[in-house]
Amino acid sequence: MTSHDMRRAKNRRGGRALAPVLLAAPVLLAALAASAPAWAEAAPGAAACTGCHGPAALGSAIPSLDGHAAEDVVAQMQAFRSGERKATVMDRIARGFTEEETRAIAEWLAKPEAARHAQP
Amino acid sequence: MPSRRALIGGVAASVAAAVLATPQVRAQTQPGVIVVGGGFAGASCARALKRLDRDLAVTLIEPEAAYLACPFSNAVLAGLRGIEAQTFGYDQFGDVALIRKRAVAVDAERRRVRLEDGADIGYTRLVLAPGVDLRFDALPGYDEAAAAIMPHAWKAGAQTLLLRDQLAAMPDGGVVILSAPPNPFRCPPGPYERASLIAHYLKTSKPRSKLIILDAKDAFSKQRLFEAAWQEIYPGLIEWVPLSSGGRVTEVDPATRTLVTEFGDHKADVANVIPPQRAGGIAQSAGVADQTGWCPIDPVTFESRLQPAIHVIGDAAIGGAMPKSAFSANAQAKACAAAVAALVRERPPVQPKLINTCYSLVAPGYGISIAGVYQPRDGLLAEVEGAGGTSPLEAPRSVRELEAAYAEDWFRTITSEVFG
Repeated sequence: MTSHDMRRAKNRRGGRALAPVLLAAPVLLAALAASAPAWAEAAPGAAACTGCHGPAALGSAIPSLDGHAAEDVVAQMQAFRSGERKATVMDRIARGFTEEETRAIAEWLAKPEAARHAQP
Repeated sequence: MPSRRALIGGVAASVAAAVLATPQVRAQTQPGVIVVGGGFAGASCARALKRLDRDLAVTLIEPEAAYLACPFSNAVLAGLRGIEAQTFGYDQFGDVALIRKRAVAVDAERRRVRLEDGADIGYTRLVLAPGVDLRFDALPGYDEAAAAIMPHAWKAGAQTLLLRDQLAAMPDGGVVILSAPPNPFRCPPGPYERASLIAHYLKTSKPRSKLIILDAKDAFSKQRLFEAAWQEIYPGLIEWVPLSSGGRVTEVDPATRTLVTEFGDHKADVANVIPPQRAGGIAQSAGVADQTGWCPIDPVTFESRLQPAIHVIGDAAIGGAMPKSAFSANAQAKACAAAVAALVRERPPVQPKLINTCYSLVAPGYGISIAGVYQPRDGLLAEVEGAGGTSPLEAPRSVRELEAAYAEDWFRTITSEVFG
């Protein structure tokens, strides 16, 4: 949303008749007060991981990232980046992320599985 | 008789209670997001939006009952895989409202999508994921009727089976010609994976046959890897004719299966013409495609550069270095969903970071890949320097085997995430 859009949205709401405001306001406030959902909080890049790394139940040759401690993911990514750990593709991908970005992703990945693979 | 004031108060209170109590009514008061197109981009985005914010009303408009996936469809052509392995339904979409109709127009000013039956639906934000349209006006002689004789097979399904059956019916010693389009197009390594797997079929079933690639380009994705593998596995079977050697097809004649180039005519027993492409039709009608036929987007939100509140993801979008792939479409869909979910709640979107990984099979058990990491820079999705690139040119066969296995499991994982 551009700032122009934001202003327009605010103006539209301000211009509404009283009754809809009374009805809509509690709903809107309730939604805004709800805790932010998992992906909105996901570190940049984290959502892309699941294109290859799925839930453990899939039984893929590509390892699941479920249940890994953040420290472990950070260490493995560092090993991929340095070349210490051999890889087919993860070395090429790991070099695209800084230590700080990797840590943020790892912390998100370490969250409970349900938060990342919940069905709609 | 109750007083007028008491009556109004009572009605207002009971309506308010109903609004708060009933999930359906509550959902209607929330902003609605419409996603058009149920491929890798659109299906991923619709499901991701609902996962991000259960209270968001999300509608997916897709006329087909099932999606036919393009990745691995080249293996179907070569008889290595059934088309059913490419087919995915929409029965795992939970609270996403599915509308099985074609979206035919978008009124960007009034924020409404019109359906084929004349109905129209309003949106707070619209996500267009229409994929590509094959341009039947770009190559003289190549129209929809010609595609029934010289299949493009660039959308999986009936066209894939047509090309597979033509290859199966071709006598040994026949000539297969594949015409590859100029950039940009869906799946940059796709024509060359296809050439590889057709070559595998010819080598194993019709070894006196030949495959010619007529190319509108002088270079292509994973080129050195493909060429090295062709020399090793299919010596003398594949001939690649680049633009500079007269590879660009300027006209076709379906009646004689002839492909015309500036350097001469080529007669084929089986002709696979992959024509130039552009963003799917709805993008043109919504006014989000520019003169190139593709849709410029903001790299943070995927919002159109041309129309407010319309986001474009997947193959239809252009916005820098990301290739048009299923992996890119899925990654963009999730980044776009996060941005849209933030924007409808008037929160600032976060700067995304995206990944692409594309596997190609050169033969069964022989896989190669290209990867890239992308982030917004100067208004485009730019490749992060020092990262990405292709599989090593020199690698033991065990690495190729591993990448082939990863390719299969990538497909299982991503289709499970996208379609459930």
